Amino acid sequence: MAKALDYESLNENVKKTAYAVRGELYLRASELQKEGKKIIFTNVGNPHALGQKPLTFPRQVVALCQAPFLLDDPNVGLLFPADAIARAKHYLQLTSGGLGAYSDSRGIPGVRKEVAEFIERRDGYPTDPELIFLTDGASKGVMQMLNAIIRNENDGILVPVPQYPLYSAAITLYGGSLVPYYLEEEANWSLDFNNIRQSIASARSKGITVRAMVIINPGNPTGQCLSEANIRELLRFCFLENLVLLADEVYQQNIYQDERPFISARKILFDMGPPLNKEVQLVSFHTVSKGYWGECGQRGGYFEMTNLSPKTVDEIYKVASISLSPNVPGQIFMGLMVNPPKPGDISYFKFEQESKAIMESLRKRAHIMTDGFNSCRNVVCNFTEGAMYSFPQIRLPARAIEAAKSAGKAPDVLYCLKLLEATGISTVPGSGFGQKEGVFHLRTTILPAEEDMPAIMESFKKFNDAFMEEYEDYRGYSRM
Amino acid sequence: MGSDATAPVTVESINPKVLKCEYAVRGEIVTHAQRLQQQLQTNPGSLPFDEIIYCNIGNPQSLGQQPITFFREVLALSDHPALLEKPETSILFSSDSIARAQQILSSIPGKATGAYSHSQGIKGLRDAIAEGIAARDGFPANADDIFLTDGASPGVHNMMQLLLRSESDGILCPIPQYPLYSASIALHGGTLVPYYLDEATGWGLEISELKKQLEDARSKGITVRALVVINPGNPTGQVLAEENQKQIVEFCKNEGLVLLADEVYQENIYVDDKKFNSFKKIARSMGYGEEDLPLVSYQSISKGYYGECGKRGGYMEVTGFSSSVREQIYKVASVNLCSNISGQILASLVMNPPKLGDASYESYVAERDGILKSLARRAKALEDALNNLEGVTCNKAEGAMYLFPQVRLPEKAIEAAKEAKKAPDAFYALSLLESTGVVVVPGSGFGQVPGTYHFRCTILPQEDKIPAIISRLTAFHESFLNKYRD
Repeated sequence: MAKALDYESLNENVKKTAYAVRGELYLRASELQKEGKKIIFTNVGNPHALGQKPLTFPRQVVALCQAPFLLDDPNVGLLFPADAIARAKHYLQLTSGGLGAYSDSRGIPGVRKEVAEFIERRDGYPTDPELIFLTDGASKGVMQMLNAIIRNENDGILVPVPQYPLYSAAITLYGGSLVPYYLEEEANWSLDFNNIRQSIASARSKGITVRAMVIINPGNPTGQCLSEANIRELLRFCFLENLVLLADEVYQQNIYQDERPFISARKILFDMGPPLNKEVQLVSFHTVSKGYWGECGQRGGYFEMTNLSPKTVDEIYKVASISLSPNVPGQIFMGLMVNPPKPGDISYFKFEQESKAIMESLRKRAHIMTDGFNSCRNVVCNFTEGAMYSFPQIRLPARAIEAAKSAGKAPDVLYCLKLLEATGISTVPGSGFGQKEGVFHLRTTILPAEEDMPAIMESFKKFNDAFMEEYEDYRGYSRM
Repeated sequence: MGSDATAPVTVESINPKVLKCEYAVRGEIVTHAQRLQQQLQTNPGSLPFDEIIYCNIGNPQSLGQQPITFFREVLALSDHPALLEKPETSILFSSDSIARAQQILSSIPGKATGAYSHSQGIKGLRDAIAEGIAARDGFPANADDIFLTDGASPGVHNMMQLLLRSESDGILCPIPQYPLYSASIALHGGTLVPYYLDEATGWGLEISELKKQLEDARSKGITVRALVVINPGNPTGQVLAEENQKQIVEFCKNEGLVLLADEVYQENIYVDDKKFNSFKKIARSMGYGEEDLPLVSYQSISKGYYGECGKRGGYMEVTGFSSSVREQIYKVASVNLCSNISGQILASLVMNPPKLGDASYESYVAERDGILKSLARRAKALEDALNNLEGVTCNKAEGAMYLFPQVRLPEKAIEAAKEAKKAPDAFYALSLLESTGVVVVPGSGFGQVPGTYHFRCTILPQEDKIPAIISRLTAFHESFLNKYRD
């Protein structure tokens, strides 16, 4: 009798799925860490793991919500400021029995209302809380939407290359087709609509129905911030080609230049007026994991649906209800993020101070890292305009590429493994995100502490320049 | 709204598996109840009752059950570790909760509870859970076998995704079942192979029935991949006898099935003559090890006496799989990075609660036993009340949180249901809601022998509400029968 569950009899889609962010490099780094080597994990956007402190106010509020008996204690004021106490009471009242009760499957109505108010303040257009679903992290929302859209392998999803590999993983898991469109590295990772049109035409000629387009703004891993003109063209494109736009906007707080502030796809859609504003279907994603909050471990996120019919929304609600509800503490973090302390609140000054310090430091680190990479031999790096990553291009010499082939590894994987073993810096090879044929990158985060950055960049430079020295073909080796 | 006919995402063009799946626990009747609840707010006195009582869902803390103080102390300290540096904290928090929070924080790299953890969950917490499993079962458990998840449900979805390649793959599920299973199987494109629990023998699980359904499915070309057993049962509440469990283990081993053991109600046992035994314990006590039986055991923080549904915490313990299969399980878990840290911490507390000698032990035991004894009393009170109704029989709730009475509906009622285009038990449940404000889930949401009708009602309303619920239910049932008497 064959074993009940062996590798051969697994769902093929599961076997085909890849997610490099916690793949080979990360596993190797974890092994080395167990052996005692000091590892700097820059493989995932996980700010608190690299020393960023949580903002104080939200933690105070959630702690009080966890232990409501504190609210009755006369000494509570010794440990918590009055506005945190008031806010905890506010959120507890919005729940259906405290943090321990399943909420509405779409999330606590009162929190969704706060999200709607945030969106309205941000964009200048009202939105309906009923069309906002809170999720256990934005990733769950992305997966739910892709699962709803993809019927079979003839359904294609336009995905930027390079992309955050949640998209490729989810498309594979759900049996759809990834239709790549290439971002232009030489033009600061901008959109190339000719390329996009070619991609969609090519897919259609293969019998693929392209259903949706993913845009990550600010970009991951690429960090570019889209201009208003870009987004307008995107929306027009989706309108003409009949695509739903999936707008991953989780890094909207992480902006490190002043020329292109964040503008949501929804705002621009409504700015464009009829017929687009009523016709183009849009799903926008946000999270508490990024920004200056960095509360990855809470698993808090939401998606907002625009121009999806009530029947479709019902079906998505139905699927959400099978998982009962998103975690309630994460929902409260979301409420706090969209509704932070205001001027005049007791906690406002400290909150502002903490937030500003993080944002200023991230901006500095974006520069340190970009400049550091650009000072290395055979490395070219676009500036990190937004998000949390640096995605330098590593121009690998031919001999390095051959060595990788002999070792049975992708060239950037080999480079990253050697980098890891030499320096303890754990990155993700560019092949995990997609890149043009023959062009190699790695993704690192800009999250290591500011004071550690110079040493890290030096360590990288030392390794890289020695690597290039070793594999470049300059000294006397003749092929003639 | 966009002209729906041509828009890219419409009900006509979404994934048909999404359209197919159903989940009655939060289905139509709940939506209706929410509407009535709104009506009560805007127009008080407009209905024959003044509150909606949600008995549709196992959500204890929404009906007044209090969380365990020690657990919440630890969580508050873990969420806001700055408290541990303040001297005032020792006035407001028990000494052992402070110690436990410190221990938990030191097992988290950088004490960063806001960071993504290892995709299986924080190692130190998995160690604590493994210890708890070993203490419970008397057989060792491995932290690397544990995957912490946002509730037990995502773990169920993961396994269904792994196991189901096409409609030709089947999963044996009990009827009646908790409809996560039917929904998940539909979502992942597989086939549900039903096996019927025997209402006449307290919802007994007969191996002969398992065999029959398995062979039937195989004759239709279905490859049956796994057997789902819910113990204690949901909605049925039965606790399996050890002998029965041994037969089930043998059956899975002989037929090459993965055993999916939903054990989320393991701490909800209300009878003295039955005890919870994990399937892992049973398998190991039979001498079966890793090589013999692929087994996935599910536990959750949502049930028991802790009832922490809103935290979304749970785990699956995966044993008996090859490393290449485990890598795939890990890989799928990693796409979502990790489960929420608060839920992970709670799972470790549930499996490793205060012990004799700890400062909080006595108050913890008092809280725990208070809740469990009250649940047992409520189970009995509701069961007796239901059995007193004409034409209603209700098996004992030996465990879990539900009663699943059978209602013999008169012909006229069944006809009226047909006219209203509703399943007869849905018609009954809706009438019950409209007369009494009590929300239950029709038996058709869980599956039942055709021609029989049930509903699932939780035992969770606070004890002081139970008499009123019983009298309203009794009055409603009498009038319903009188209305549709043959």
